[in-house]
Amino acid sequence: MVASAKKTGWMFARTLPNILAVIFLSGLFIEFVSIERLANLLGGNLLTDGLLGATIGSVSIGNPLISYALGGELLDQGLSLVTVTALLVSWVTVGILQLPAEIQALGPRFALIRNGLSFLFALVIAFLTIITMQYLGVG
Amino acid sequence: MKNLPVFSTFLFLLIVACLYGVAFQLAPEKTLAALDFGLKILVKLSPVLLLVFLLMFLSTLYVKPRWIQNHLGQKSGFKGMLMAMIGGIISMGPIYVWYSMLSDFKKNGMRPALIAIFLYSRSIKLPLLPLMVFYFGTAYTVLLSFYMLIFSLLSGLFTERLAVGKRIKEEDYGNG
Repeated sequence: MVASAKKTGWMFARTLPNILAVIFLSGLFIEFVSIERLANLLGGNLLTDGLLGATIGSVSIGNPLISYALGGELLDQGLSLVTVTALLVSWVTVGILQLPAEIQALGPRFALIRNGLSFLFALVIAFLTIITMQYLGVG
Repeated sequence: MKNLPVFSTFLFLLIVACLYGVAFQLAPEKTLAALDFGLKILVKLSPVLLLVFLLMFLSTLYVKPRWIQNHLGQKSGFKGMLMAMIGGIISMGPIYVWYSMLSDFKKNGMRPALIAIFLYSRSIKLPLLPLMVFYFGTAYTVLLSFYMLIFSLLSGLFTERLAVGKRIKEEDYGNG
């Protein structure tokens, strides 16, 4: 039990600086970067909007609820569901701000490939969801 | 060289501290607000952090490497994937609080694909599904959740394939 407590304590000590770094980096991001202003860049064609939506989601941090509200607002402004879906999916699957912590814990190759694939998958899921909805005649 | 791991542990935090220093020179009020935001998040996260570290303590106490190799290792098959997926869906808090536990499991033989599946399936937030339905409708929510589940498996398999290069041999995990 003492050995387990020591091991956990050591793991905690090694992890805590990274967790603190991510938390305080998100503070800076929230204060200095306006997601709404980034979203104003949207409005081009479907693919570039999808890419930009996924990019905004990737660099964003916070409760997914914020992404739902932002996505709902963007839909009201007339943006496509593909763009909004890419944003929603990448918001919860890609973590650019957390990347240094993920690299340190799970290795650079794993972290970079996982995040890169998640970015790509956000776009694929966005198109698949909308195509399926059209095919089924729902939404 | 011996001090390098300790240094690398603090490197990210050091970079963020430097960013705060630069930001403070440019916009002191915003920087203080950012610091305040970070502190509030830290307080909010404390219970989750405690829970994760309690789980880590219990796992180091009771979950032996042999169990991880058998249930989450290379031969865990679809059952292992399902366990990782369910674990990801029910796990709470932000993604980064789980890195340490996953890193420890990886060292003890957890298959990289299952780590990626766990991380990806965290995108499905059960408590938030009703809100997603409110904003985007039931059909959209069901379809999106379905695709995210499928892609959590693909994320695991592709990440492992690309990150490891080939299927990992059992002896790489020190089995036998």
